Amino acid sequence: MAYPAKYRYTKEHEWIDASDNNLATIGITDYAQHALGDVVFVELPKSGAEIKTGKSFGSIESVKAVSDIYAPASGEVVEANAELQNKPETINTDPQGAAWLIKVKLSNPAEISGLMDAKAYEAFIAEKEKEASA
Amino acid sequence: MKERVLPSIFANQNRTETSKYSFMSEARKTPLNALHRRLGAKMVNFGGWDMPVEYPSSGGLLAEHRAVRNGAGLFDVSHMGDIRIKTARTKGGALAAVQHLTMNDASKLAVGQAHYSAMLYPEGTFVDDVIVHRLGEDDFLLVINAGTREKDIGWVRKNTAHLDCVVEDLSDAWTQLAIQGPRAIEVLQKLTTADLSQIKGYWFTHGTVCGFANTLIARTGYTGEDGFEIYIPSDVAASEKTWNSVIDAGSEYGIVPCGLGARNTLRLEAKMALYGHEISDSINVWEAGLDRYCKMDKGDFIGRASLEEAKRKPLTRTLVGLEMVERGIARDEYRCWGEAGAEIGVVTSGSPSPTLGKNIALAYVKPEMSELGTTILVEIRSQKCRAKVVATPFYKRARKAAAQPVAN
Repeated sequence: MAYPAKYRYTKEHEWIDASDNNLATIGITDYAQHALGDVVFVELPKSGAEIKTGKSFGSIESVKAVSDIYAPASGEVVEANAELQNKPETINTDPQGAAWLIKVKLSNPAEISGLMDAKAYEAFIAEKEKEASA
Repeated sequence: MKERVLPSIFANQNRTETSKYSFMSEARKTPLNALHRRLGAKMVNFGGWDMPVEYPSSGGLLAEHRAVRNGAGLFDVSHMGDIRIKTARTKGGALAAVQHLTMNDASKLAVGQAHYSAMLYPEGTFVDDVIVHRLGEDDFLLVINAGTREKDIGWVRKNTAHLDCVVEDLSDAWTQLAIQGPRAIEVLQKLTTADLSQIKGYWFTHGTVCGFANTLIARTGYTGEDGFEIYIPSDVAASEKTWNSVIDAGSEYGIVPCGLGARNTLRLEAKMALYGHEISDSINVWEAGLDRYCKMDKGDFIGRASLEEAKRKPLTRTLVGLEMVERGIARDEYRCWGEAGAEIGVVTSGSPSPTLGKNIALAYVKPEMSELGTTILVEIRSQKCRAKVVATPFYKRARKAAAQPVAN
């Protein structure tokens, strides 16, 4: 799966789409869903909740593990993806599209510039995979 | 995203020797390690071993789990250890040693028969659980856990030094494969001259498998399903040849390579204990509910006196099965609470159950909370979620069921 050029990425494998200035969308990457395996449970904040850069805002569980999801930027949650409650497996099939996690009103959109672009993220995970197979 | 809670299968198997492998820069590898990597398996460190947790090429953990319940699955379990105990001089020496070391009654084993048992500390708690095979009148094989190999072999040597037996560590002599599932018998029968239908559950034989003569073939496993475990020469060529032959023979039954992830969900559904979780050096036999494998009337054995003593006192905790009522997955080490607000126990293993489609767990709770149907609150990320005590095992296979069509 390709990593969209308009997204920005974190080292914890979240993506953020801040192309709409007012409303950013956050999710996890294809690399992340692959590492997780079969996703069976998603816990997300309610709308109105504050998220803070680098702090956990929810969790995703696969059959075998629980993983925290970290905020790529600070802001207020406007919407959480309700579809994921009943269909958490969407995260495995469309993590960078239909299975977005939350929509957020950013408090400081300039933060995004510190994140990786698609090219840098691809290089980052290529390095990870090399480590794993060593 | 960052993994927070380690699942039961990755958790430290041996809490008393936490640093056992910390100095080792590289995890140990089974002879099939390169093959697992070629298959693209996700690898994890398990008790010091670099092992496959799931195979995306098999469709992942859930698909592997279902393959074992509906057709067949193949596991590399070569990380398990093997200790052979033979009589040194006088007939009966090996039996006396096994009787001293383990809690089940090995005198009841016929040659060709195996049973579930455990080695205990003098306190009546667990050194490890084991499968004891009687290879001959004076010849036994103990199959032990990977994470406790060194501890176990040391324990056996130390506690049999004064006895009339010879102890051999054969852990690296074999590649151990588990072929599990209702169609496992048909898969393996294609590859052996032994008549598998003649081997009852927890019995074994020796036969030629994939051209390897005198292979130990046991009708045992850790999945709650019918199946076999075979012990073949541990060189890479023999191991890979056998692995590939089993996969080829099983293709018509939907066989897939299976990792430790599915092994854990399968054993949890069947309520089979995992060392470091349901049993450990601080949990005794009565608490673990393994009474029927502990033969107090067989004569003395290590741990017996403490168990005798413990039997006179009421239990302070007991192992129960839980099913989540509210949304949430109980995981290892999550705390349990009563509705009245008191802390009453802890989860030892928890996971979604692929077969039941529910979230299940095993937990130690106060005995008064162990009645079926009792509400127990499991603390999940500081929220208390309702669960109820249910009958175990969570899953029990239908015996002698008609052959099921293989699901894809």
